Amino acid sequence: MTKLTLLIIVALAGASRLAAQDTTRVDQGVRVGVDYRPGVRPGLVVLPGPGLDSVRAIVGRDLDYTDRYEMVTVAEASSGSATGRGAAEGGGGVNYGLYKALGAEFAVELAESPGGVIVRLHDLNAGRVRNQQTLGLPPSTAPDFRLEVHRLSDEIARWASGIAGAAASRLMFVSGGRVYRADSDGEGIAPVTPAGQTALSPVWSPDGQRMAYTQLGEGRGGILVQALSTGATFMVPGSQTALNITPAFAPDGRTLAFAHSDERGTDIYTANVIDRCCAQRLTVGRYADNLSPTFSPDGRRIAFISTRAGPPQLYVMAADGTDQELLAPFDFGATGSSNAPEWSPDGASVVFHREVTGSPQIFLVDVGARRVRQLTSSGRNEDPTWAPDGRHVAFISDRSGRRQIWIVDVETGRVRQLATPGAARLPSWSRRLGRTTVIPNP
Amino acid sequence: MLLAASAFAVACGGKAAPEEPAPEPTPAPAPPPVSTPTDDSAERDRLERERMAREAAERDRAVSADLAAMINFDYDQAVVRPADQATLDRKAAILVANPSVKLRIAGHADERGSDEYNLALGNRRAAAAKRYLEGKGVEASRLEVISYGEERPLNPGSDESAYAQNRRDEFEVTAGGDKLSAPQ
Repeated sequence: MTKLTLLIIVALAGASRLAAQDTTRVDQGVRVGVDYRPGVRPGLVVLPGPGLDSVRAIVGRDLDYTDRYEMVTVAEASSGSATGRGAAEGGGGVNYGLYKALGAEFAVELAESPGGVIVRLHDLNAGRVRNQQTLGLPPSTAPDFRLEVHRLSDEIARWASGIAGAAASRLMFVSGGRVYRADSDGEGIAPVTPAGQTALSPVWSPDGQRMAYTQLGEGRGGILVQALSTGATFMVPGSQTALNITPAFAPDGRTLAFAHSDERGTDIYTANVIDRCCAQRLTVGRYADNLSPTFSPDGRRIAFISTRAGPPQLYVMAADGTDQELLAPFDFGATGSSNAPEWSPDGASVVFHREVTGSPQIFLVDVGARRVRQLTSSGRNEDPTWAPDGRHVAFISDRSGRRQIWIVDVETGRVRQLATPGAARLPSWSRRLGRTTVIPNP
Repeated sequence: MLLAASAFAVACGGKAAPEEPAPEPTPAPAPPPVSTPTDDSAERDRLERERMAREAAERDRAVSADLAAMINFDYDQAVVRPADQATLDRKAAILVANPSVKLRIAGHADERGSDEYNLALGNRRAAAAKRYLEGKGVEASRLEVISYGEERPLNPGSDESAYAQNRRDEFEVTAGGDKLSAPQ
C-alpha cells in the first residue's frame, strides 16, 4: 500500500484484432454481415492485486472473449496493491481518474475471502461501485475450480452489460473417432467417449448433464445417450438398426430427434429419451435425405436439411413433422449445398454452412425475414454451433492448415482459435453450466 | 474388415498347424513307367483335367471380380451412371445364376461436403445400386445396404482424381460365395 509504480500497457485489443476480421469478400449478393463500430465497446480493466493471480487471469480472458469490452491491461512493476490510492481516489480505494484516463469505464476488483472471492465492479464514470458480491469459489485444486471462475466472469459480464457471458460452458468435438470436451477457453480437454470407437456428431442435452452421439460401426450406427457424470450409456429407441446420425435434443431434454438411414433414404425420427420409448417418424423422404434436425428454443419447430429439391438445403417444420417449408432461400443450380444447421439460443436465426465456390462457409438465416448472411470467407469453414450467449459461433476451419475449432463473434467478426491437440471436427457448444453461488455478507 | 478377417484366419491357421500330427514320411516315388501309347493318353487326360480346372478357377475368379467390381458416382450424386450399368448388369446376371449369393453394398463419399451429410449420401448411393439390381430381378432380401460416408477413402489424396475414386459403391459377398456358377 505504499508507493506504486504502475507500468501501464493499454492494449487496445480491438485495434490489433481488426486484421482478424472475417469480412474480406462479398459473395453472390449475400451480405457479409459484420459491421465493426469502433468505440462502442466500453473499456474494462481487471485490477491487479494481491493473490488470486490465476483467477484474475481467467476472468480477464473470459471478459475479453465476451467481445463486449475493450480490455485495458495494467501490469505492475512492483509488488503491492494496485488499487492505486491517490488524489482522485474513488470508492474502495480505486484511482478512478487513472483508469478513466486509460479509457476504462469499468474496473473489476477481486479480493480473497473465506470460501470465495469478493467481487467489486466499479463504474468509473459514475465514480462508484456498481455492484459488489462475495461469490463462492472452491480451492484451486478442486476439479470444477476453473468452471466456477468462469461463472464468476459471466456474472461480472452480466453486472456490466446486463447480459451474462458464456464462459461457464463447454464444447465437445470429435478427434480421431473419439469425443472430447473442452472448457470455453480451450482448457481442460478430456475424453468423453471410449477409445477404439468411431464417434460422430456429439450434442449436449439442454441441462448439460447428458450428451448424445452417433457410434459408427461397420457401415451402420446407433445413437447413444451418455450420462456425463457416470459415463453410463443407452441406445436410443428406433436407432438400433441401419445407420442413425445427427442427434439433437429438444429443449425439454425429453425428446431426441435424429436421422435414420436405410434403403428407403434418410428420414427424421424422434424418440423419448427419458422413458426410452416411442420412436416416431417425422419425414417421408421417398429416397431423398432428411437429416440434421435442430429444435427452436421454444421446442415448437425443427429446422433440418433435405435433398427433396436436389442438393441439400435448409428447411423448417413443426415439431410434429407438419408444415414443412423452405427456410433459407436458394437459387436452384446456383446456390451451393447447405448443411449442419443449429438454431440460435434466442430463436431469431439458424446458423449453417453452405458451399461457396467449392468451400463451405458459415451462414446465418434470419428466421423471420428469411434473409441469409455470410459470416466467414477464408478457408473451409463448417459445422457451426452456437455459444450460450447467442453471440458467438464455434465452427471447424482449416485456415491454419488443419481442421481446428475457431470462434467468431457474430457482432464484430472477431475470431479466435480454440486449439486442440489433434484435428477436430463436429463441435457442439453446451448451454451455461451450473449456477453461481452467492455467499451472503456476514 | 476383410483384411482383419483374413488376418484372423491366417493367425488361426498358424496357431492350429503345430497341433496337427506330423505327416508320415512320403514313400520314395516309384520309378517313372516306361512310355507306352496307353500312358500317352492318360497323360493327355491329366493335362486336359488340369486345363479345365485352371479355366474353372479363372472363371470363378472372373465371376468373383465381377461381383466385387466397384461403381463410381458424380459429385453429390447418387444416380447410377450409364457407364456403370454394364457393371451392375453383370452382377445381376451372376446373382440370378447363383440364388444363394448375398451381397452387401457399401456407399462411400469423397471428403468434400459435410461429414454427416456424406453418410446419408453414401447410403443413398448404396440404395441406388440395390434398386437397380432389384430392377434386374434380384430379390431385395439378398442385398444389404450400408454407408461409410467419407470415413473410409480408397485414395487418401485431396485432388479431383482421389475424389472421383472415393465416390463409390463397394460390393462384398456375404453368403454363398464359395461356389459360383458363371451366368448363362
